[in-house]
Amino acid sequence: MLKTFPKGGIHPPENKITAEKRIRRMTVPKVVYVPIAQHIGIPSEIIVEKKDKVEIGQVIAKSGGFVSSNIHSPVAGVVTKLDMIIDTSGYKKQCIVIRTDVKNESNFEEKEYPLKSQIKMAPKAILQRISDYGIVGLGGATFPSHVKLNVKEGVKLDCLLINGVECEPYLTADHRLMLEKADEIVVGIKILLVALNINKAIIGIENNKKDAIKLFKELTKNEPNIQVAVLQVKYPQGGEKQLVKAILGREVPKNGLPLDVGVIVHNVGTVFAIYEAVQYNKPLTERVVTVTGKKLENPSNFWVKIGTPITDLVEEVGGLPEGTRKLVNGGPMMGKAIKNTDVPVTKGTSGILIISEEEASRGEAKNCIRCGECVFVCPMGLEPHLLMNLTEKGFYEKASNEDIMTCIECGSCSYVCPSHRPLLDYIRFGKNIVKKLQTAKN
Amino acid sequence: MSTQPIIISASPHVHSDRTSKKLMYDVVIALIPAFLVSLYVFGIRAFIVTAVAIISCLLFEYLIQKYLMKTEVTIGDGSALLTGILLAFNLPSGLPIWMIVIGSLVAIGIAKLSFGGLGFNIFNPALIGRVFLLVSFPVQMTMWPTAVENNTTIADAVTGATPLGVIKEGLMFGDTMSTIATKIPSTVELFIGITGGSIGEMSALALLIGGVYLIVRKVITWHIPITMLVTMAVMTGIFWMVNPEQYANPLIHILSGGALLGAFFMATDLVTSPVTKKGMIIFAIGIAVITVVIRLFGAYPEGVSFAILIMNAFVPLINTYFKPRRFGSKIKSKIV
Amino acid sequence: MTDSVLYSVLLLASLGIVAAVVLYVVSKKFYVYENPLIADVDEILPGANCAGCGSPGCKSFAEKLVNTEDISDMFCPVGGNEVMKQVATILGKEVAEKDPTVAVLRCQGSCEVRPKTTEFQGPRTCAISAMIYSGETDCQYGCLGDGDCVKVCKFDAMYMDETTGLPVIITDKCTSCGACVEECPRDIIEMRPRNKRDLKVFVGCLNEDKGGIAKKSCAVACIGCSKCEDICPKDAVVMVNNLAYIDPVLCTLCRKCVDVCPTHSIIETNFPPKKPKKVVEKKNVIKKEATVEPLNVKTDA
Repeated sequence: MLKTFPKGGIHPPENKITAEKRIRRMTVPKVVYVPIAQHIGIPSEIIVEKKDKVEIGQVIAKSGGFVSSNIHSPVAGVVTKLDMIIDTSGYKKQCIVIRTDVKNESNFEEKEYPLKSQIKMAPKAILQRISDYGIVGLGGATFPSHVKLNVKEGVKLDCLLINGVECEPYLTADHRLMLEKADEIVVGIKILLVALNINKAIIGIENNKKDAIKLFKELTKNEPNIQVAVLQVKYPQGGEKQLVKAILGREVPKNGLPLDVGVIVHNVGTVFAIYEAVQYNKPLTERVVTVTGKKLENPSNFWVKIGTPITDLVEEVGGLPEGTRKLVNGGPMMGKAIKNTDVPVTKGTSGILIISEEEASRGEAKNCIRCGECVFVCPMGLEPHLLMNLTEKGFYEKASNEDIMTCIECGSCSYVCPSHRPLLDYIRFGKNIVKKLQTAKN
Repeated sequence: MSTQPIIISASPHVHSDRTSKKLMYDVVIALIPAFLVSLYVFGIRAFIVTAVAIISCLLFEYLIQKYLMKTEVTIGDGSALLTGILLAFNLPSGLPIWMIVIGSLVAIGIAKLSFGGLGFNIFNPALIGRVFLLVSFPVQMTMWPTAVENNTTIADAVTGATPLGVIKEGLMFGDTMSTIATKIPSTVELFIGITGGSIGEMSALALLIGGVYLIVRKVITWHIPITMLVTMAVMTGIFWMVNPEQYANPLIHILSGGALLGAFFMATDLVTSPVTKKGMIIFAIGIAVITVVIRLFGAYPEGVSFAILIMNAFVPLINTYFKPRRFGSKIKSKIV
Repeated sequence: MTDSVLYSVLLLASLGIVAAVVLYVVSKKFYVYENPLIADVDEILPGANCAGCGSPGCKSFAEKLVNTEDISDMFCPVGGNEVMKQVATILGKEVAEKDPTVAVLRCQGSCEVRPKTTEFQGPRTCAISAMIYSGETDCQYGCLGDGDCVKVCKFDAMYMDETTGLPVIITDKCTSCGACVEECPRDIIEMRPRNKRDLKVFVGCLNEDKGGIAKKSCAVACIGCSKCEDICPKDAVVMVNNLAYIDPVLCTLCRKCVDVCPTHSIIETNFPPKKPKKVVEKKNVIKKEATVEPLNVKTDA
């Protein structure tokens, strides 16, 4: 029996249609739009002005506080304006617009990065490097990594978990990264072990990525500190709390963090970015993005520079097919629907999903038939039908007592509801209001 | 490119194939084997009762929703159809048509729509209809036509009591189980369906097939039916082992009466059963206990309908107290 | 036979008498003293329980009025100055006098002028759609059209116009209780002073985008051209973030700005038709007294 989390979970069709496609390099965009709010926490502060010349990797926006991150220029070029551009949220946000200098060779050279397995930096220096080079959680949450790795005195930490699960249907960015940069990722894990001063790391991979499992088992054969844990295919296996429970059997306490049970979780993409930052002085300026959809001509995985407009990516895969009704930034379960393709790629963009008519429309919402499916599939042990009811009627206090704030917004409840009720919409709304009420009280 | 506008919605952007319509129609399919058996046993009469029940349920739902409640008409979602079928399966095949119509009106109008429609009712509508008819017309509701040779005539059905009825009466008059055993069908006959009773409770085999179909199709889970039947077997088994002459053996209890029909189709009704697995088990145990108490010590020979209705009333309480364990709470499977 | 009837009657009668005595004693013993003034004040208050005063209901507002020393900052918007004067007489305290206000809808983005570019699927309440994304049109500041304000109005003073997709405020019924102002997630409804003939001049737009972008998303948007600011003789118009705002205190209702606005973004209501000029008939739109700050761009959840 493969390990998995015991309660809840669903099995949506995987549709990993780009699993066999090697990651290819996206053409350098002519203009990049770099938003300043690409991570959880305080937006960065812009430190460049119009008409400034910037180099690849130059800091263009400084961290705005502790829970914040630096932003580096993905191309060499000229800052044309500081504008308000619509980002994934649908609202306009501050962006730095840079026009790529097509004559500057540094934009187009394909550098070779041979494997560097020797770790020469000290732990504190590694953490500083991670902080300076704008590394954030690339699994989609975009939490600044140096904050996650900031273990206070006296806090017990004994294990590092690497999230290679990629439980969202359609997305294959992490899978391909694991296949093509496996050695680098192992070195990255070792770097993190040095930085955290622990000696146990486990990589969690779902059973549908058998080639990656085989490869990593081979590579970690002679590494006593690193193991591979094969996990059952179930959504949301990749959720932090579910991953910790599945691999180690430890349950993160309610409203707590994995650090409370001595664990830190990092995505494989983040680990690779850390490797490049520490060994090659490369700040975070690009990432792997899966562009996929059933009707696309040529769905693929790309190395994309941050700030590339999604329009460029869509062109590269053959254009929007007839009958496209939905554009999703991310996976189908937790991704955000966007209005048009003028939105730029950010640090948190793991995939672009293009959905056509048949799958796009939501069913009409009907009465709750109290079938209990939502309760059965909720990985956090909540009762979504009740939370939606309470939120609809305005009983926010009661909803808070029913632990609405522990919801991880995985979407399993809305997925299974036979009456097509918009459970997650109301739960998100309820969480917003409860958060506001709680901050108002304090 | 596309002429229709891009759709925006919150995540998730995919949905499973489950719809409530599919669930309802799956239950209808699961009831087909039982229906075929009763057609064979009771002839055309079974078909008429079922058809009348279905038509009146659909008709009343349409009329009340359109003209009285003035809301959207939802007769296409399969719930009224299912209520009609289940109501028919609880009635004797000789029931006059006008009584069936009244039963449908009570089931749909009072037990379902007056609470607010699908999803808002507390009690199982088919059972409310059946119990209403039982209390209002006790004579006709306990005239059980037995199997007839020539299965086409309506008027000359011979009536007799159900096996449980025979047992109850016999015990009341002082007979012991060994003498009564000769008057009721054997266990095998009960299993296959050569017995008297309501339209639905004929063949244990057919009902089991339907029940297994539902579990395989993931419409219901094993918790309610298995728990209910096991608890019934254990309770009646204890009494039978103590005094086999005064109490029927557990196999007879499970295979006769509405036990199987109730366990797989009535108690598992999604709207009126608890939402958590823990709660479902408590619910099923409650039904089994009350059924056995009514059967062994009560005035009625059959207690499943009443037991289910009584436990339906407890479901909101069960839902409040048997909540699933929250992830990250230190309490291990304790009742919150 | 008559015995049993007599006994039944006597028994029931005595039960009734005992119950009556018990109830009387209890009502006297557990009597809660309440200041009779509270009941008097509660009589005069409109009884709408709309929470426009800040208290949950009229009775509790009456209690607050009676029990607080200084009631000069308390006001019942539904009853208005009349009711407050009566309260002042009963309680012998000073009350504030406020100019009557009325609610005003600061958006003209109907389906005609502000085309929909996407389709929203989800619960149709403004609170949730505002949280999920910026709206079905290209203007992220305008009315979402799902009618939360209409639902919350206790005085039936609002309804949804099906053709324009915007809510309509019936000025005569509006009591300026402020519920709709609270409810709107985009702060589109404002309280503006009400005068005798209900003449109003205000900017019917909240769009802070630059002119070109604003005009593309909505034909009657404020493009920030500042023509109104230049022409106003009383300096009542201020431009902030490509958006004009008319200060109701300084405005003299001369309507020079209305004529000069290139996109007809400024609305005038209830003026007699002057010349063969198009009069924009807006029946309800009430502006808030407070100035509208540059709209906080709503970050998503």
